[in-house]
Amino acid sequence: MAQEAHKLAIFRGLLKFRSNQQKIWGVLIFLSIVTTVEVVLGIIKPAPLNTMFLRMKLLNWIFIILTLVKAYYIAWDFMHIRDEKSNLKSAIVLPLIILIPYLVFILLVEADYIFDVMRDGFVSWNF
Amino acid sequence: MDVAAAETNVWGGGNKPLNASYGKLMMWFFIVSDALTFSGFLVAYGFSRFKNIDSWPIADEVFTHFPFLHGIDAPMYYVALMTFILIFSSVTMVLAVDAGHHMQKGKVVFYMFLTIIGGAVFVGSQAWEWKNFIKGEYGAVETKGGQILQFVNADSGKRVALEAFASSIETPRANHQTSNGVWFVGEGSLPTYSVAEVQEGFTQDENLVVRIQKLNAEGEKTVLSREASLDKMNQVVGVVEGANLIHNEYGNRLFADFFFFITGFHGFHVFSGVIINIIIFLNVIMGTYERRGHYEMVEKVGLYWHFVDLVWVFVFTFFYLV
Repeated sequence: MAQEAHKLAIFRGLLKFRSNQQKIWGVLIFLSIVTTVEVVLGIIKPAPLNTMFLRMKLLNWIFIILTLVKAYYIAWDFMHIRDEKSNLKSAIVLPLIILIPYLVFILLVEADYIFDVMRDGFVSWNF
Repeated sequence: MDVAAAETNVWGGGNKPLNASYGKLMMWFFIVSDALTFSGFLVAYGFSRFKNIDSWPIADEVFTHFPFLHGIDAPMYYVALMTFILIFSSVTMVLAVDAGHHMQKGKVVFYMFLTIIGGAVFVGSQAWEWKNFIKGEYGAVETKGGQILQFVNADSGKRVALEAFASSIETPRANHQTSNGVWFVGEGSLPTYSVAEVQEGFTQDENLVVRIQKLNAEGEKTVLSREASLDKMNQVVGVVEGANLIHNEYGNRLFADFFFFITGFHGFHVFSGVIINIIIFLNVIMGTYERRGHYEMVEKVGLYWHFVDLVWVFVFTFFYLV
């Protein structure tokens, strides 16, 4: 990384910081807010969010999306991916965003199938 | 001549398409592969969970402790605190890297010290969490098919601990110790109560019912009627207190297995991160990087440290929130 060339804008340029240190504190505040929202939602579990969406509770989708948001800011600002060349960026991020969803898809579909077999099969698993 | 020299340079790996040093690149390679390892674990957890989607333990009922708040039901607060600790130690780490860029040795030392403290506090918190998990809270019984039955007060709907109702029956059954055995094998500690004691106490207390693992339409554990409970109690083969790799009073034993494995693996990462941080911290104090002219080493361990934080964000979501 070029020593003094930090990119100081986050939220697509919406928020610009004057120094790298200021940006770090800004990102900390943002991450804390997101975590607090998660914890509050996890404790009160609002009833409207219990509706199912794509075979999962809406609340769980919110948790997963907020987690990915946090992961993005940790990687981009704490691990300085934002300041790296785009070659390095893709070398790091592409394998992960291709392989992980693939693995998730295969295994969760398979698990769902096994659940159906165990529920509807002739053998009782619950004795 | 110039062109030739430039080409030799390219062929010799002279230009830097990624503009990162060798060490940093290797750290990134490691992080990418470690990220895939962790996603393999978490997806395996997801597999087991989806396979048992109608009977998986509810995290809010499992992790309810908070230091100095005995007997108070405080789900989530403790892990939330742990998450904040880890995020904060991540922040001090970036601040150390930033100070390193400006060659401010004193600040690097200060921030790395805070990072190490944060990491140590986190590992300690995780140990405390494990202790509570292993020790268990209410106790349960297990049927022949490995189903966990928990006890609930029929009136209040609150969980009841084994010690609150189990009767005491004289039994010649003693803990088998290595010194007494023909085959020189001992056994683990016996549960506080025998199956017969729990069954006896359950029959006598009319107010008790059994809660099975199956989730009802509201996503809560199904509570059986008194008759069905008595019937279930006849199939009990063992008493379970706390959790280990084989038995788990909170429900599905896979839950405990994955909990130990994934948080254990993550805890091991945090622990080794603290050790590596200490080594770099000492190097900073001794002025190694001042002499070298740059603090890139601090950035490299920083990358590892943030990665540990990153993994925790996912563990937090999938074990405690979802």
